[in-house]
Amino acid sequence: MAATGDQEHGLGRRTFLGYVLAASTLTVAAQLGEAAGAPSRASAAVPSPPEPAELYDLNDLLTDATLPTANLISIQVHSDGTASFALPRAEVGQGVTTSSAMLIAEELDLPLDRIRVSLADARPELLFNQLTGGSNTTISTYTPIRVAAAVARGRLLEAAADQLNAPVAQLTTEAGVVHGPGGATVGYGELAEKAASLTTVGVPVTLKAPSRFTVIGTPRGRIDALEAVTGRKQFAMDVTVPDALPAMVCRPPTVNGTVRSVANLAAVRAMPGITDVVTVSSGVAVRGRTFGQCIDAVRALEVAWGPGTEEGASEADVLAELHRAELPLVVPPLPLLTKAVDLRFTFHFASNSALEPNCAVADVRADRAEIWAALKSPIVAQETIAADLGLPASAVTVHVTQGGGSFGRKLFFDAAREAAEVSRAMGRPVRLMWHRTDDFRQGRTHPMSISRVRATYSLGQVLSCEQRHTSVGTDFSHGVGEVITALAAKLPVGNLGFSETIFELTQQTPYAFGVTTQLLAEVDRGFNTGSMRNIYSPNVRCAQELVVDALAEGMGEDPYRFRRRFLKDDRARAVLDEAATTGSWGRSMPAGTAQGIALHPEYHGFVAVLAEIDCRPQTTGRQIPDAYTGPRVTKVVCAVDVGLAVNPRGLEAQMMGGIMDGIAVALSSGLHLEDGHFLEGSWDDYFYTRQWNTPPELRIIVMPPTTGEPGGAGELAVAGAMAAVACAYGRATGTVPTTFPLNHGGPLGFEPLPTVPPVPASPTDGLSRAY
Amino acid sequence: MPRHTFVLNGAPVTVDVESDVRLLWVLRDVLGVTGPKYGCGLGVCQACTSHINGRAFNPCCVPVGDLQPTDEVTTIEGLPATVGKDLHPMQQAWLDNDVAQCGYCQPGQIMAAVAKVRQARDAGHAITDLDDAVFDEIRNICRCGTYHRIREAIVAAAGEF
Repeated sequence: MAATGDQEHGLGRRTFLGYVLAASTLTVAAQLGEAAGAPSRASAAVPSPPEPAELYDLNDLLTDATLPTANLISIQVHSDGTASFALPRAEVGQGVTTSSAMLIAEELDLPLDRIRVSLADARPELLFNQLTGGSNTTISTYTPIRVAAAVARGRLLEAAADQLNAPVAQLTTEAGVVHGPGGATVGYGELAEKAASLTTVGVPVTLKAPSRFTVIGTPRGRIDALEAVTGRKQFAMDVTVPDALPAMVCRPPTVNGTVRSVANLAAVRAMPGITDVVTVSSGVAVRGRTFGQCIDAVRALEVAWGPGTEEGASEADVLAELHRAELPLVVPPLPLLTKAVDLRFTFHFASNSALEPNCAVADVRADRAEIWAALKSPIVAQETIAADLGLPASAVTVHVTQGGGSFGRKLFFDAAREAAEVSRAMGRPVRLMWHRTDDFRQGRTHPMSISRVRATYSLGQVLSCEQRHTSVGTDFSHGVGEVITALAAKLPVGNLGFSETIFELTQQTPYAFGVTTQLLAEVDRGFNTGSMRNIYSPNVRCAQELVVDALAEGMGEDPYRFRRRFLKDDRARAVLDEAATTGSWGRSMPAGTAQGIALHPEYHGFVAVLAEIDCRPQTTGRQIPDAYTGPRVTKVVCAVDVGLAVNPRGLEAQMMGGIMDGIAVALSSGLHLEDGHFLEGSWDDYFYTRQWNTPPELRIIVMPPTTGEPGGAGELAVAGAMAAVACAYGRATGTVPTTFPLNHGGPLGFEPLPTVPPVPASPTDGLSRAY
Repeated sequence: MPRHTFVLNGAPVTVDVESDVRLLWVLRDVLGVTGPKYGCGLGVCQACTSHINGRAFNPCCVPVGDLQPTDEVTTIEGLPATVGKDLHPMQQAWLDNDVAQCGYCQPGQIMAAVAKVRQARDAGHAITDLDDAVFDEIRNICRCGTYHRIREAIVAAAGEF
């Protein structure tokens, strides 16, 4: 899309080019990618040389990637006065359907409840323009969606001018109605067909000035809230597809084990409700009338298993390999009086399992296939499944359903691919779902890593800060790869490998700490990995913030004021001040309790988190059945500046969720690897934050607009919250925590489920536990 | 095949299915009632929480053969009718507080909240504070981490029904 000048006011409004498409009702469009026209890139402070992520971060890359290959996103105005838009992104709870509807409402002057936002099927012509990740959706669609909506409003005005016999200049729009001279009015619905075009034409538009915003920047409830609270919201397993019966896979006892033979295929095929049993690449698939009968069949299968890709491995093996792979530090010998903080942290495997497990519906026929699933990379899914099936991509239709959470999981399409394989093997449609236990044990994990941070200081200054992050490889095969490849020449990071590039584009040190280096080394192992509500940031930045606390202590300074002194960016300082003030930083607290404070920059935004923790025995020893209690975060205050919050209420929700994740990864949620398999197999084993871990006091402050451009929200709070909780724990106990989650080395806290059969039977005592 | 009759959301239903199939699958796979969600099938995550004779329970842990013809099963779909409105006050509080994120756990959360408020009330306890100890008894997982708004909604709705 072309943006032309009109910059007389410096931050002046620009004219954009949108389109009216040939259609029977008003259909308007804009190209994705325009947002790259005005990226906000932090400037670096002397004397600390900027790190790549400060100049050009992952979001710039994802946004710029949309430029050369862009295709159109379109909005339709219907004769019933509503507008509809198929968003080429996934909605997994982060609220992008709502914020997209708000952008349309703003520029179209149409009430929010008359705008329907659905999720677009895979559109291969969009190339890498249909990836939902890196908290990039709003950053990359903010301008294009508004441009399309502004074109629509312009066309409606022209049609109204004709109908009301008045010049456009005398018309105004309000709430879906055009007002003309003398009180004449005409509704959008009445104009929708009249405003349609027989040919596709380009239309220059000017967007509404921020000072006139009445929707953007105002707190709004989610547009799908009513469906959610009434149970009507449709997820993949709720979609009605004829004959798509439940299907489940009997999986191996170790990570990625393989089927050697099945002893009782015929007997299992004869079990009640079961229609099909076939061996597939991931195990033995069963299909039946109900999932309950599928579970019974999976449990009954007698399978001889071959070794997996991590046979016999324990986390001690992985840890040893990580230590061997750690890159050396480079800072030369320093003056005699220089002191150093040198700490190494271990971050265990964690699960990005959502509450909706891996699942998909597949209907594979000889010459075509149709898939329904919540997918953040639907084009890659379509291409991969087509290749698996030996079909052209055009013969595979991929519908993106509403997702029951993602946290990185839905960047991949493991269940969709498996469902297609199973449907083909059975010759019937399937509604395939992973059992919860499989989702933890065979599903993707956030990789185990270690992080060494060494910082030196002398005479009140920090001279250097070096970080060496060493991790089990993260799988990025969901499509960001194509983006990186396409833009390799543009990146300021030279000829780094793929993961190192992602690392360099996401990791930044917000403090002026002199010579600063952050390097990644990866060990390639046979685990199923992926991102988890951030890729590296929670671990990398938690390690760094703990070192910041150690530096402050070594230099005899208060952790808040120390951070404030070294922060490079005024926006960072503002959120830190807000969190410290609102959270009464430095207030007197009993022994065994403490505050911690941390700052995190990413996604063109800044977040500061103040956490209070209670580590006293009466708290850590709280008894709740089948629960991990432990140290309790009693209060969190979070201040966030994303540049411009399109929906502050949605942003608060994302901060709240990110804080709960940060508490979990700091204190309690990790996976134990033993003898080639993970021990956790249920939500009472994998200790994600529960009500009894939730801070009773939570305050989130959304800062007023700063840059005027929206930043990312979905992942921003996790790193800051994890770090603040870890720092609070360190200050409450007097011991810097170095292993995460903190409870990992303690007693297991649950009895591991057996690995054969791979899934447990459902209990039968539900009535006795009714309340 | 055995036949099972019970009352679902106010109307009697009869299904032909093996007696040991858990009610969750009878609801979802046989009857097409998809409000109750699968999250574990172990009675842990509570995403399928519904009501039986007015008390919260997990249909994933009840064989359909254990139901009597007079047992009244209420899923999220039938909750508003129990108060004769389009929305139960708890659902309205959920909207007012914009609780849901992905929404997957929310039907179970709401059904649990309604029962927990009733249970507390029967014990002579009114839920009025966000730090009420009763919240420690709500086991429902919300992987989006909406716990704080859940508390706010429950406190807001506790006196409304």
